[in-house]
Order: sequence, then structure tokens, then C-alpha cells
Amino acid sequence: MSEIKTEIVEADILVIGGGTGGPMAAIKAKEKNPSLKVVLMEKANVKRSGAVSMGMDGLNNAVIPGYATPEQYVKEITVANDGIVHQKAVMAYATGSYPMIQYLDSIGVKFEKDGSGEYNVRKVHHMGTYVLPMPEGHHVKKALYRQLRKHQVLVTNRYMATRLLNAPDGRIAGAMGVNTRTGEFLVVRAKSVILACGAAGRLGLPASGYLFGTYENPANCGDGYAMAYHAGAGLANLECYQINPLIKDYNGPACAYVTGPFGGYTANNKGERFIECDYWSGQMMKEFYSELQSGNGPVFLNMTHLAEETISEIETILHSNERPSRGRFHEKRGTNYRDKMVEMHISEIGFCSGHSASGVWVDENARTTVAGLYAAGDMASVPHNYMLGAFVNGGIAGQDAADYCASTDLPAYDEADVAREQERVLAPTRRDDGLTPHEMEFKTRRLVNDYLQPPKVTAKYRIAQARFAEIREDLNAVCVKDPHELMRALELQSILDCADMAAAASLYRTESRWGLYHWRVDHPATDNENWFCHTLLYKDEFGRMANRKRAVDPYVVDIPEEEMGAYHQLRTPALAAE
Amino acid sequence: MPFANHPTSVPVTVDDEKCIAEKGCRVCIDVCPLDVLAINPASGKAHMKYDECWYCMPCEVDCPTGAVKVEIPYLLR
Repeated sequence: MSEIKTEIVEADILVIGGGTGGPMAAIKAKEKNPSLKVVLMEKANVKRSGAVSMGMDGLNNAVIPGYATPEQYVKEITVANDGIVHQKAVMAYATGSYPMIQYLDSIGVKFEKDGSGEYNVRKVHHMGTYVLPMPEGHHVKKALYRQLRKHQVLVTNRYMATRLLNAPDGRIAGAMGVNTRTGEFLVVRAKSVILACGAAGRLGLPASGYLFGTYENPANCGDGYAMAYHAGAGLANLECYQINPLIKDYNGPACAYVTGPFGGYTANNKGERFIECDYWSGQMMKEFYSELQSGNGPVFLNMTHLAEETISEIETILHSNERPSRGRFHEKRGTNYRDKMVEMHISEIGFCSGHSASGVWVDENARTTVAGLYAAGDMASVPHNYMLGAFVNGGIAGQDAADYCASTDLPAYDEADVAREQERVLAPTRRDDGLTPHEMEFKTRRLVNDYLQPPKVTAKYRIAQARFAEIREDLNAVCVKDPHELMRALELQSILDCADMAAAASLYRTESRWGLYHWRVDHPATDNENWFCHTLLYKDEFGRMANRKRAVDPYVVDIPEEEMGAYHQLRTPALAAE
Repeated sequence: MPFANHPTSVPVTVDDEKCIAEKGCRVCIDVCPLDVLAINPASGKAHMKYDECWYCMPCEVDCPTGAVKVEIPYLLR
């Protein structure tokens, strides 16, 4: 890997990430203007990449006429997020939700329907009805791939984007990627770049100790967050971590969203319910955490009381979609839903707007704070977005980027930036000995668990920052022997960036909010007077990590004061009285 | 600085009898989101080269001959 091969490609739009939101962004941009040259850069292979690699078992946030209105949905998400939401972006999602379901239906994605052909929507959220099962949802990626081909999107598989390129005036000018099998470089010059790189799901270390036994697809390691940061974009509310209730050790969803409507529920070790609502909010996770700590744990998903035909149906959905190996996991453990509750645990931390609210700041047009740069899906700041949100906001990003391209020329970029980045990327290949990416990743993520996992303690966070700084020094010794290991070494750097961002964002917000997600032991109260705002983390003009507040825009849907606390009352009445 | 040789069991196994890599098939290698499968130079068949598995199963499901089997990694099992 001594000789650097570099190919330079020019495009109108570069989409980075071929999982869920990325393909939809590319498709919608081409629909809007078929003459645009759209390049989709993917670290794996678009056929099976991203969070929905094996499909999806249901929509968690479908806003379907007759079941929910966009206004109801915006209200629900606002309340579930303690009021800190950019409502215009949530509204853009909510109004785009039903048209997107119809579009997905038209390209062959299957949703559950009743005998008369109506969508079979079910209730899981605290207030509204938004869950639409997808028992045959395993074909999502195939349906997307057909559209990518039909619209002649140019796909580059096995290229890992490493850094964005900025024009001299700061706007986006493209990105650089490295081939994870050959080490060759690709520079894509583009008028607009859409980031759709998924969550930062390889931040904490799973309790199993297996680096890749994460909830998120481990390819989603925070590259998008890191690239956005280094390109000067603001990242919103990173302290609002993703922490999920998952199957112990397996680290996939148990999954209360699928089983809840059938009568399954989350229980403590006495088999008792302790929460009224299984919707994944920070407050719900705090109740879950408390139950684990109280001596009433472990926590379980209980389906033992359900009828045989119901359990068969649940098995069909859960064991053929999204995370199909879970059936295999249960079998080895001797867990049969009919007679044994499924042991659950609390996940390691990550960033993900799909399930919480930690993402690159975007407005209602999916625009970041950098001109020409967009973000969509799990890594963009629209909260509790899930798969359907990735599709809708990916589509919004694609359409807006298509318009943006019409009014801009291909920006210049500095070749010195490319040379510098190549040196950074290739440094680990130039060493004959040193530290391996694997051990450095393990240590970084183990420290994330030790010091960053909530409850958040200021003194522990300071230690974490010092230890992360030591690991950053150690990057000068990381050594790889092939392009595959180089990919892991680069991912390690994204993970370390995300760890530093998690610490900095959490220390900045000196209050507690969002239940377990941002429980600051030294600042236990919610402080609406000073902190009813977004936080934005960004790289300042000296290259330092900085934070600032961003006011919450005026609401487009008013929330009566008495409804704001709806998600604070999740504990079942009998247990709350204890 | 010397490196240790640290063997681990692998979650993904390939039945060499069924694998048709010699005919040019690369399906499992292509679809793996983590790029952990490769051709084993010794056998010419697909194998798991890196123990970095999400047990997500496209390799097994998409294999045209049913040669690939995904187990839950031992640490999780």
C-alpha cells in the first residue's frame, strides 16, 4: 500500500451511506431532476448495507389518516422529548409519512393490511396509534436496489468516506473515500453532499464484550458524525444518548413494539408490569434502569400468557425480519416464548436520532449548518425518526439538494486538503509495529462504559476526557497490515471523536433531562429557565470542540402545559405508590 | 513490537462441499456489511477471515447453495 492511487470524480450530488435514508435521497433527487449525476458512496454493499440490511419488522411511527394526524404526532414527539424539538422538522416528517408509505408500497415494500386492504395500524405509543407491522418486511433492500438501478444512481461499494471537502468559502465541495479492499482513494467533487451514515452505534461496549455485538449495525460507527464535525457542521443534543432495552447479550430488540399490540409486556422478576408504555423514551429507560437496580431485576419481556396462534405469529414476524438470528439465539438459551420470559438488559450508549435525539443538526429541509451539506436518517437530528423517518427525511434531503444544485457551480477545493487527508488515512499502513485497531477500539469503548454511561457524574466525565486524550496520543502508534484493518483503524478514529463529543456535550448541559439519557447526578433537576434549548457542538475557528445553545423555534403545534408531563407518568399506578 | 497470534472460533462457517466459489460465486463476500468473509487461499472457498460478525445473516440467506451457516458468536451465546 505504498503507492497512492487516486481517482477524481465529479458529480452534482454525492450521497454517503447506502442503507436506508441514503438510497431514498438518491432516488428522490433523480426523480426531481433525472439529468443530475448522483453518486452513492457505500462502505459495504448497498444490496445489504445499513440498519435494515435484513429488512424491518414494522413501522414505529406511521402517521396514517384515520389513526393519527401530523399535529398529534408532532405533539407526541414534543412531549416525549421534554419539549426540545425543532417542530418544523418533525412536522415535515409527519406530513411526509403517509405519502412515503404509499410510495414504498408502490415499489414493493409490504405492510400488514386487514381483509379490506386497509393498513393494520396498532398502538404502542403513550397517546397516539402509529405502529404498522411488516410481517413480510424482509424485502426492503431489494425494493430500494431496484429503484437505484432504475434511476441510474452511480453506486460505489466498499468505499469508506473519510472526510468531507470544504470550498474556500466554507460550503461543501465533496468528499474523500478509501477503498476498504485495495486502499485506493476516490475524491468525489460535488455541489452537494448528503450524509446518511447511520447511528454512532459502536460507542459503548456491549456487556458481552464482543465488539460487534451491538444493537446498531456495527458498520454504523459514527463516521457521519465525525465527518460532519470536521467539516464544521453543528451537532445537536448529543447528550441525549441512545440507550435501549434489549435482549440480554443478543443486543437486539426483544421486541415490545411488535409483541405489545399482541399482549406481550415488559415485566420485572416477579412477572409484574412496572411501566405503562413500552415506547422507547428516556423516561421509560430510567424506569427500566431503576427496576434493574432495585432488586426487582432482571427485566423480561413476557409472552408466556399468550395463545399458541398469537405466539406463532409473533415468531414468524420476529424470526424472519430485521434480526432473524434472534430465533437461533433463543433456541441455544432454551428460551421458548410459550413458557419462558425473555431476559432483557439495558444497552450500551450510542448516538442516534432514530431512537432518541442525538444527531447532526438539520432543519425542516434536512439542511445542516454547512451550505450544501445535508444529513438524514439515524445521524440527523430529527428525533425518534426510525426507518420511516430515514426514508422521509432522506427524500426531503434529495429533493432539496436537487434544487440547490441548480443554483450553484461545482465548488473548488484545496488539493492540499486531499494530500493531508491521504497522509492521515495512510499513516497506520506506514508502520511495521505498534498498536492494533482492535485493542485500541476495545479500550476506548470500555472507557466509554466505565465513565460515560448514565447516571452521568462530572468527576467521571473529566477522567474520561483525560483517558480519551491519552488514546488520541496512541493513534500515532496504530498499525495495520491490510486495507480491511485500515478501515477498522479509521473507524476507531470516528469512535474516539464520538466519545469526546459525548463527553463534551454532556458536560455542557448542566441539568438533567430526557430521563436516563441525560441524568446528571450533579445537576439532578430539569432547569427550563436556562436549558430549554438545543445544544450545538461544533469545531471552532481554532479547531477546538465547542458548544453553544440554540433556541427552540416557536412551535407550530401548541402543547398545553398539562400535557407536557405525559411521558413522566409511565410507572404503573400500583408500583408508583410503593 | 511483536504481535500475538490470538485465535478465536468463528461464528460463520462455510461447507466447502457446497461452496461454489471456484465458479466465480462471491455472493456471501459481496453482501457482508462488515466485509469479514474472503476467499481462503488454501481451499479456494469462502471463509470467515475476521471475527467481526453482526450475526445478521445475509451471507447465509443469499448463498445460492446453502453452504453458509451463521451461529451466534460464542461470547454472546
